[in-house]
Amino acid sequence: MSEALNAFLVGTTVLLALIGIVTYVTLLERKFAARMQSRIGPYRVGPHGLLQPIADGIKLMIKEDVVPRLADRTVYNLAPIVFLIPCLLIFATMPFAPGLGVADTNIGILFFLAVSAMEIVGLFMGGWGSNNKYALLSVMRAVNQIISYDLPFIFTALVPVVLTGSLRLSDIADAQAGFFGWFVFYPVIGQLAFGAYIVATLAAENRVPFDILEAESELIAGFRVEYSGMKFALIQLGEYAHILGTSFLGALLFLGAWAGPGPAWLGPAWFLLKAMFVFLLVTWVRWSFVRIRVDQILAISWKLLLPASLLLLMATAVVVVLRGASGV
Amino acid sequence: MADPEARKVIEMGYGGSERLTMNMGPQHPSAHGVFRAILTLEGETVVGVDAVIGYLHRCHEKLGESLTYTQYPSIASKTDYIAAMTSELAYVRAAEIVGKIEVPKRAQYLRVIAAELQRVASHCLWLGTWTLDMGGALGGGATIFLYCFREREMVLDLFEALTGARLLYGFHQVGGTRYDIPAGWAQKTRETIALIERRLDEYEDMLEHNAVFQARTQGVGVVSRGLAQEIGFSGPLIRGSGVNYDIRRAEPYSSYEDFDFKVPVETEGDCYARYRVRMVEFRESIKIVRQALDGLPEGPIASRPGVKSVGQVRIAKGEAYARVEGARGEVGCYLVADGSAKPYRMKWRGASFSNLSILPHILIGCKVADVVAIMGSVDPVFGEVDR
Repeated sequence: MSEALNAFLVGTTVLLALIGIVTYVTLLERKFAARMQSRIGPYRVGPHGLLQPIADGIKLMIKEDVVPRLADRTVYNLAPIVFLIPCLLIFATMPFAPGLGVADTNIGILFFLAVSAMEIVGLFMGGWGSNNKYALLSVMRAVNQIISYDLPFIFTALVPVVLTGSLRLSDIADAQAGFFGWFVFYPVIGQLAFGAYIVATLAAENRVPFDILEAESELIAGFRVEYSGMKFALIQLGEYAHILGTSFLGALLFLGAWAGPGPAWLGPAWFLLKAMFVFLLVTWVRWSFVRIRVDQILAISWKLLLPASLLLLMATAVVVVLRGASGV
Repeated sequence: MADPEARKVIEMGYGGSERLTMNMGPQHPSAHGVFRAILTLEGETVVGVDAVIGYLHRCHEKLGESLTYTQYPSIASKTDYIAAMTSELAYVRAAEIVGKIEVPKRAQYLRVIAAELQRVASHCLWLGTWTLDMGGALGGGATIFLYCFREREMVLDLFEALTGARLLYGFHQVGGTRYDIPAGWAQKTRETIALIERRLDEYEDMLEHNAVFQARTQGVGVVSRGLAQEIGFSGPLIRGSGVNYDIRRAEPYSSYEDFDFKVPVETEGDCYARYRVRMVEFRESIKIVRQALDGLPEGPIASRPGVKSVGQVRIAKGEAYARVEGARGEVGCYLVADGSAKPYRMKWRGASFSNLSILPHILIGCKVADVVAIMGSVDPVFGEVDR
């Protein structure tokens, strides 16, 4: 009984902390983008706009919830939840420090990748259920894009797995002891894999230059054009949770997770800092590129990124075998 | 309560055929005003375009007949509200040609300065909105957009100091200009254009070395030289299709023959060529402003005494067509005068109207995303299309 209670408490804590971080990540991104665009960004609500995410949340909660008359109500209403759940579940196997996490299972990364790919179901339900042509076109693009980019995403995420020889996320983190033990510093393979990971992340998260399914200048807002109020907030929350999840994963796979100077209890802070670094890297790309076209996106994925990441994975395997043979 | 009949109709639209009819506009984030394109799509590919205009029709030509020569110039600026100076100029030039009214040299130079600053401001808006179309309000497009608006703002500040207005100026009048430049304005203008020139380098760095930007613009929306001439392209668009035609050069007005400037021509005819032409025009306009400020002659700013009543300016009987090189191309005004204080008949030739008629020719076969890129590169202003 106490074990179940413990799991419940840890799960709730992680969930609440997560929602808190996600809320403030939006503020971070807005401030960062504002600086890039020579603006100030949110400033009025609270000191330096620190209460802005809360104000946004309240605003979305009290907004009128509009359901299109011809929408498929069941699918339409269910979609935000179906979308949100996998986006939050990806954190289930994520360790935030040695022994600190919900469930550090021995198939951690597999679980992450599998659940992360599930978001397309909620997305498609939302676009289909809205009974809107823009939304329909958007989810058509979404299915294309996510299928094409999940493969390179998985292949690049598997490079550290092969290097470590374990699917458990905490093992991968432990394998990167010392500053130059981080997999991003692994000769050649590490840098290539990290670069490919960032590109695949951009696409898997639907961010500019790969945000063709939102594409507000063509498709207004894509699959969420008909959503408002709390349902819109749930979709937004899910999207940012997913971005945060992949940022944490990137920091764990390539940047040594909680490794850092100072006492061990600073570990989670280091981890968060590194995740924010990955997040800002992605945000930086987002706010400086224009959007790419759907056929070009698919061409990049199938003709370049997929073969390249596959080759990289094979090369990694060869390196590991040679390394094992030479006993290093 | 859902209406079962209506539901049936919608579902047939989705499942009945392989084609999807989609409305782009009149209310659409990338419609650049109120333009409606009814697209027929096969998947992502456009197979049919039906362009609908007229949502912004305000009877400008009728207004021209019912307002006097003193009143209308400030209304003329509402045709192309992004580049208001040039439409005013076209109207007063038409009146001056019919009435054989001389314009003092200083006023001509002031008109050139205003027109070229206006071109800079208008191209800023074009670049910003175009990248916004391609890059999204939540992406790199918005970054360029805000940069461009920062610069446009500076030019508008100059106009505010000059005329007191920021969008619709009423700067020109028959026989000259209404305002002279205030003290310190010339210095401020020099500083502003020098700053904008430096910032242009930043935009070019950000866009031209960007593989994604190139992929989106090169080879997209190609207009051949022949088609461009047939459609009646003008301005940066026809120069992007390889025709060396600029009214400032071909038929100089308002002392343009005094200035040394280059007419950029690109031969590819795609969105990128149009972008290149406009980027060079930015710099050439800045060059012209600098020359005009350097050589600004002393003297009166109008050949007629100040106007005391609206009906005071009367133009002798006759007719004339005046054209000027606006930011979007040839802005023309045809005027028939009957000797009274109002024109008998007036006709506008809006550059955007002719330029826009290219869309059905080049949109077929494009992807949906290209539609907005091409629309943005054509740079229509609907006040001028619908008038």
